[in-house]
Amino acid sequence: MIKHLLSITQLSREDVGRILDTAESFREVGTRVIKKVPALRGRTVVNLFYENSTRTRISFELAAKRLSADVINFSTSGSSVSKGESLKDTALTLQAMGADAIVIRHSSSGAPYTLSHWVSASVLNAGDGTHEHPTQALLDLFTIREHFPSFEGLRLAIVGDIRHSRVARSLTFGMAKMGGEVTLVGPPTLIPPEATAWGAGVSHDLDAVLPKLDVCYMLRVQRERQRQQFFPSVREYSRLWGLSRTRVDALPDTAVIMHPGPMNRGVEIASDVADLPRAVITDQVTNGIAVRMSLLYLMLGVDRA
Amino acid sequence: MASNDAPREPRGVSVSGFAERARLLEAPEIRRSVTRIAHEILEKNKGAARVVLVGIAARGDDLARRLASEIEQIEGVRVPVGVLDITFYRDDIGMRAEAPEVHETRIGFDFTDSTVVLVDDVLFTGRTIRAAMDALVDFGRPESIQLAVLVDRGHRELPIRADYVGKNVPTRRDEEVQVRLAEVDGEDAVVVGEKEREPA
Repeated sequence: MIKHLLSITQLSREDVGRILDTAESFREVGTRVIKKVPALRGRTVVNLFYENSTRTRISFELAAKRLSADVINFSTSGSSVSKGESLKDTALTLQAMGADAIVIRHSSSGAPYTLSHWVSASVLNAGDGTHEHPTQALLDLFTIREHFPSFEGLRLAIVGDIRHSRVARSLTFGMAKMGGEVTLVGPPTLIPPEATAWGAGVSHDLDAVLPKLDVCYMLRVQRERQRQQFFPSVREYSRLWGLSRTRVDALPDTAVIMHPGPMNRGVEIASDVADLPRAVITDQVTNGIAVRMSLLYLMLGVDRA
Repeated sequence: MASNDAPREPRGVSVSGFAERARLLEAPEIRRSVTRIAHEILEKNKGAARVVLVGIAARGDDLARRLASEIEQIEGVRVPVGVLDITFYRDDIGMRAEAPEVHETRIGFDFTDSTVVLVDDVLFTGRTIRAAMDALVDFGRPESIQLAVLVDRGHRELPIRADYVGKNVPTRRDEEVQVRLAEVDGEDAVVVGEKEREPA
């Protein structure tokens, strides 16, 4: 297994299969009365978050704790980072404290890659700039696999702010690797010109795409993008790119609806749509813990000596 | 995708890289051993009313299912059967180049106030059973735990013994004992041999 998880592209199809298979066993652990196994007793996992992300950090924290690892949460506010410490010095400090894994979220694309050259610990990318969010893609693949027998030929649309979305990039690469077909849907301003090179199709007509989908994946739209003039108004965005009840009716009966969270109810997804049984958004959260347990187990449960 | 289509892929024991030296048990002997152990379980526990079987993956679960159907034939009672994977409880995680492969765990019943009979194919160092007991108590508090194995090959490293043994087989420490079951391997047999050294 890989030492660092920096990008979904570094994983082979077999690696993804192994991670997801192992995650199934951890999913079962999450249903036990005692949701904890001793697999990583004595290992130390540091959550190093330069951007706020409560859900991803909690998910990693729970994953590590359910494996009996010790967890240190290092957030930048109120720490040495706010006193001007560089990433390198922070990394070397964590190294000196004996961290076995560093989970990093950073606003700069490539920060986890750089970090991986400074430390002997395993580095897990928990989102870097507009680059990638590989553990989100893996938990999405796991959730998709719960509903469909195979990724081969599976049709997925990612709808919304593709340009600024590391989730969209990782999931597109991941689905393409597993044999699925991805269509990126959104206004031209929010789809980067190089998107076709990711192995995905591009569409600016959501209603034309919906009837052919197995998975409809809605992205969170950040309201400040409107101020940056990527779209004229939130209401218009919602009307053109939001998943309304009427649009859900255009989906095939077997299609599922996903969202990486946190949701803007009433903007990219209608509130009643988010609560439909086929909206598997809370499953994604539950599966996220299992997939992160799987990664930590496979990456740290080895002899590096 | 995580299908359990029969015949399942053999996991855990690799058939390749194994030089067979002798066959210790054939299908009829395995069948008689399972039948005898089923009788012994019923005798010792005065029936099957509060007995559950938990097989250790892989192959212990297949043996547990066989024991359950024997018990049903003898006593007319269907005892619950669970499967337990002990990977996360192993004491050698982090000591190999690859993390140990994980199997499925499925214990769909509450065994509080029951006697849990752990079922495994081979009893060797006892470390698997130590891990299994640790795993089991995370699911509940059984009234007691007993151990049934098809083969006891000796060389214990922990103070553990089996309550029910199909056959005691004296072995050398460096030998390998393989239990093959029709459900997984296409035949019933217990063979002893040597692990072939993989070229470095």
